[in-house]
This record gives sequence, structure tokens and C-alpha cells, in this order.
Amino acid sequence: MLKQTPSQTVGPYFAYGLTPEQYLYDFKSLAQNELVSIDDNPITIKGKVFDGEGNVIPDAMLEIWDNQNNLFGRFGTGTEKDHSFVFKTAKPKPIGTNAPFLSVILFMRGQLIHSYTRIYFSDEENNDSDEALKLVPVERKNTLVAQKKENYYHFDIHMQGENETVFFDI
Amino acid sequence: MSQLIYNPFDMEVHPPRLSPDYKSTILRAPTKPLVLLKQSLAELSGPVFGDFNLGEFDHDLTKNSIKNGEPLGERIVVHGTVFNENGQPIPNTLIEIWQANSCGRYVHKVDQHDAPLDPNFLGAGRCMTDKNGNYKFYTIKPGAYPWGNHYNAWRPNHIHFSLFGANITNRLVTQMYFPGDPLLQYDPIFLGVPPKGRDLLISKFDLDATEPDFALGYRFDFVLRGHQTTPFEKI
Repeated sequence: MLKQTPSQTVGPYFAYGLTPEQYLYDFKSLAQNELVSIDDNPITIKGKVFDGEGNVIPDAMLEIWDNQNNLFGRFGTGTEKDHSFVFKTAKPKPIGTNAPFLSVILFMRGQLIHSYTRIYFSDEENNDSDEALKLVPVERKNTLVAQKKENYYHFDIHMQGENETVFFDI
Repeated sequence: MSQLIYNPFDMEVHPPRLSPDYKSTILRAPTKPLVLLKQSLAELSGPVFGDFNLGEFDHDLTKNSIKNGEPLGERIVVHGTVFNENGQPIPNTLIEIWQANSCGRYVHKVDQHDAPLDPNFLGAGRCMTDKNGNYKFYTIKPGAYPWGNHYNAWRPNHIHFSLFGANITNRLVTQMYFPGDPLLQYDPIFLGVPPKGRDLLISKFDLDATEPDFALGYRFDFVLRGHQTTPFEKI
């Protein structure tokens, strides 16, 4: 067996390589934060990434993957005034007793290896019977559930602390 | 239907999440244990960029941002193969590339290092592996630069890479270093990797790949997570 290539941090200066159009660099982006067109009635997911002192992280990059709809998005937290991330995408559907979710891959300076989490939705019925959510300690489940607001879903990511987001080993 | 189960990250070679000498990890590394997830279709699939329309000079960072002349610095050609742990080459997979210029300055607006920008060098590129898993791109050798981690901290010369592989379990973001760099022994990001993994991040000088009168050659292979043959039960 060959040995895996070790991971290294994405660092603070990824934007012109990975999210160039979002940060207004003259290079074509591979992926955007609007995954479907406005005609397809996208949902909006919005939130912030916080460090262990509760400060907003302005140089994180999130990728979301929806295997059901084959949609991939990418956004850095360095361009919105309040350092939020924003995605507009389709809402996946429940499958059997499992709840719909989006896979999230999170990168930032200070992470030598990326983190995986998931975004579930507060207005879904199957969250209690979802196979992956069942593995999560009850008191931490809410860290994986985006809260439905009037016109968007709110999902914050806490790297540490009382509300530390559940990250998965996949 | 049976599917492959992918091996876990090999923590003999990957850096731990918390690596206090690299100070930014202290407030950003998750502290609670990760929740082990059975790989499902969501983890065993991922975006495919085989049909992404690469620009003509995406694989040539010495040409893709020319404004009024050639970028300054030492031209290099970097090539290699993307494999999985099983030794199988990964064809048609995308590699994203970004780096500092020859003076150690990034185009990124946040980089305040007092070294000149090069009007003819952006430092971003992409290439795709061919049907045998091989890739090649041209660039300028990046310079070392100071950073604020500790007194007199300098990053060794390095090129950043992002790879997707077969699915999201294979996602890899890493950095390639150069042989003989005296800064490696002081760099907490490089040293965050356990000793067994460090050599895997250092490219090899490659005289056969060196193009006479044009560019020095370096070889760097990538190895993504492999798989077991255990059948996967579709849920």
C-alpha cells in the first residue's frame, strides 16, 4: 500500500485560487455559492464560523455537497460585511426514514486537516429517525440543524466551546 | 449493488487537528471527539469536474496572467501522478494550484508582506490528470515569506494544492515543498505532520523532467485514500 499524502492547511491566502470570482480576482471560479438558478426556488442557508473565543472567523472556506441533486458549492467567509457564508441551493428530500441534509467540508487557516459536518433542517420530520443523527449525542444534535427563519435557514459553526459543532470522521 | 468502503485518514502521516506550535490551531481545532460515520452515498460520491472547461493557460502559471511581459523568477515544471493507496492511478481528476510569487508575495489582498507583486503573475492555476493519472504544470518557483506565528518565522517555499479524487472522503488540500529547504526544520505547519509523513510532502528534483534552456523539473506524486474490497450495503 502507498502512504497517503499528508494534509496541510489551506492557509489564509486561498481566495484567488479557490474562490477567485467571489473575491473579485481575474480567474474563473470552479464553483459558486448559488447552486441552482433563482427560477428553481432555492433555499438560502446563512451563518458564521466561530473560533474558541467566540470570534467570527473571516478566512474560512466552506464547501457543500448534495449528492441527491449532484450539486456542489464553495464560499469563503471573507467577502460579506459580517463574515457570513451564504449558499443558495435546492433542498434535498428525505429518503426513507432518513432526513435530508447537505454535506459540508470546512477549511481554514489553523486547520491542518479539513473538517466534515452536515447541515440538517429544523423543519424536517425525520431528524429523529435519521441514521447519522442517531449516532450523535442527544445534547449535541442541534449543532447540526439549520434553524428555519422567515426567509432563510440559519446555521452557525462553532469550532470549539459549549456549542462545538459535531464533526464527523468519515 | 455493492460499493467500496474507503480507508480512514492515516493518522500516521496526517497532522493532528491540534498542533500548538502552529498557533492558529489552538482556537480553531475541534476539541470534542469526531463522530464516526458509516460511509453512505453522500460520502461515497462527490463533484466531478471532468468536463470543467479549463482555460488554455490554466496549467501554465507563467502565461495565464501576463499583462506586459514574462513573470520574474525561476521557471519550473512540476509533474507527477495521482494515485490512491491501492496504487491505482486516478485519471481525469482536477488539481487546483495556488502559490506566492518568486519574491514570496501572494496576490491575496490580505497579504501585507513588504515584497513586490509581479504584474505578470497571479499564482493560481489548475490542471487535470490524464487517463493514466499523470499531471504537469508550469510555474515560477515560489519565494519564502515571513509570517506572524512566532519571532522570525518564515514559511519554506511551497505550492498549495487542492484535489477532489473519487468522492468527498478523498478530498485533499496540501502543500508541496522543495528538497533541501533549510526552513523546513523550523516550520510548524510542515512539522505538524508526523515524522513518517514529512518526506511525502517534499518534491524531488527531476533532471529527466527538466526542459533544457527552459525550466527545472520537479516530481510530486499524490496519494489519496484507498479502499477495501468489503462490499457496501446500499441503504
